[in-house]
Amino acid sequence: MQISRSFQRWVGKEGSAYAFLTPYALLFTVFIIIPVAAAFLLSFTFFDAIQPPRFVGLSNYIALITQDDTFMRYVLPNTIQFAVIVGPGGYILAFMLAWVLAQLPKVPRTIFALILYSPSMTASVAMVVVWKTLFSGDQTGYLNSFLLGLGLLREPVQWLQSPQYLMLIMIIVTLWSSMGIGFLAMLAGILEISPELYEAAAIDGMKSRLQEIFYITIPSMRPQMLFGAVMAIVGTFQAGAIGVLLSGSNPTPQYAGQLVVNHIEDYGFLRYEMGYAAAVSVVLLLMVLFFSRLATRLFGSND
Amino acid sequence: MIKNRLRSYTGVRNRGINPSGFHVSQIKFYFILVPLSIVMLLPIIYIFSSAFKPPDELFAYPPRLLVINPTLKNFNDLLSRLSTSGIPVSRYLFNSILITVITVAASILISSAAAYALSKKRFKLKNTLFAINTVALMFVPIAVTIPRFLVIEKLGIFNTYWVHILPVLALPVGLFLLKQFIDGVPDEVIEAAQIDGASDLVIYWRIILPMIRPAIATIAILTFQAAWNNAEISTFYINNESLRTLAFYLSTLTSASTTANTVAGQGIAAAAALIMFLPNLIIFIFLQRHVMSTMSHSGMK
Repeated sequence: MQISRSFQRWVGKEGSAYAFLTPYALLFTVFIIIPVAAAFLLSFTFFDAIQPPRFVGLSNYIALITQDDTFMRYVLPNTIQFAVIVGPGGYILAFMLAWVLAQLPKVPRTIFALILYSPSMTASVAMVVVWKTLFSGDQTGYLNSFLLGLGLLREPVQWLQSPQYLMLIMIIVTLWSSMGIGFLAMLAGILEISPELYEAAAIDGMKSRLQEIFYITIPSMRPQMLFGAVMAIVGTFQAGAIGVLLSGSNPTPQYAGQLVVNHIEDYGFLRYEMGYAAAVSVVLLLMVLFFSRLATRLFGSND
Repeated sequence: MIKNRLRSYTGVRNRGINPSGFHVSQIKFYFILVPLSIVMLLPIIYIFSSAFKPPDELFAYPPRLLVINPTLKNFNDLLSRLSTSGIPVSRYLFNSILITVITVAASILISSAAAYALSKKRFKLKNTLFAINTVALMFVPIAVTIPRFLVIEKLGIFNTYWVHILPVLALPVGLFLLKQFIDGVPDEVIEAAQIDGASDLVIYWRIILPMIRPAIATIAILTFQAAWNNAEISTFYINNESLRTLAFYLSTLTSASTTANTVAGQGIAAAAALIMFLPNLIIFIFLQRHVMSTMSHSGMK
């Protein structure tokens, strides 16, 4: 009796909140929490998708660090190179562009924001159509035709199949499409700052716009800066599939564009070493978490 | 008032952040933005132009960016085409439209209901649950493709329409933005309705939803992009060709295994890419005002 009465009281007080939450919470649990937990558990097993998983302790992680030559020689350095340029690079670019846009009146600002944002809303599968022709290996490719015409090239270059160019093209393509939702958030953040702050600073003798940016703009929009940073980090790691899309093969030519995401797919879906692939997934998730924590340190509230 | 008029008179108002009109000092920004915008737009202009190019222009040497004699041939070819496994392209298009419409509608309802509870209701786990969702902003779905595959198989939704819809609905950034936006709705409005005897459902439906239209528009765009552009689900979780989407079909047009017909398929691929791109653009143009007002609530603490 006692229990049921207190349960009834709980339903009366908090029941409707949980009723509103349930559909989302259910989907969130099934498609985010359980897969992450499963990845974590599977990473300690040997699993080939045919026989049930067999516990192998830390050996997947040990193999990843000590035996996986491809991972250490190509995948990790590639991912770090790609992430360092595209992540902070794209983020700083997004902030600078948002700041420049904020200096314009509404109509031109909206038009430019739309143009800069439009690449990010395009599916990467749709854009691959473009990149394939732009960087096409024969003389009908736009880049080859252009460079041949200028006399800079003697013969067409296989841009997407050459290990020395693939990474550069991946970085350019990803930066091109990186003015996404984080960029819009920062633009909105800059516009929200009260003009009185700038006026007060001007009265106090602040003259340079650069000082304004570092002492007023960025500190006043820390929350949006953080949101933008997290979106940039996630976007960077999420963009990993681009190398495979561009070159048309996994692994990419001589592993030149191989990123962690492709490595997971390579082991999971091509070699069916799911336990090992899960260990790589866990490493990837930890990397994202680590960089997001770092961003929180930089921009999070100090209290 | 006087101060404002003075500022507009001297032109000071049009310098600095968020000016209301043109000022000479803005010219330097146009010098940065105009060339950059052209570079950003080139690939998109290429899609538009190639989609309408007749075959002889597609293979002209040297290649030309802009189309001279536009034609609808590529679109006719695309829509009357069968994929290698005998499925008409219109079927992929139909699947994409159906999946996207259902996903967007369901996502709006589910996320806004959860956001309402997290923002306005009082219960013990409230802060914990929101914190979990905020951590999940950092979630990279592509990392757990395999465990998701196992979950989907266990649920028995492998190879069904469900697998296109359900995983996309759990969109942490959507819930996050909605919750932040609902925080801006004054508590007094809800209290007044409660005094008038309105139930939670009525408050949610009649008060919250109409007041958060900008945030809903934003979620609609984000979910639309996630569903409409999704080729991974068709690749990994579907092996019945007739349940796959247009984004997937487009990826088969460009993949290496079909190199043999990329030459013949270039115009068709461009037409399909344009069909993929245009809805994104149109929806964003209509809703961009709402997106900007939502994004000013996007801050993370």
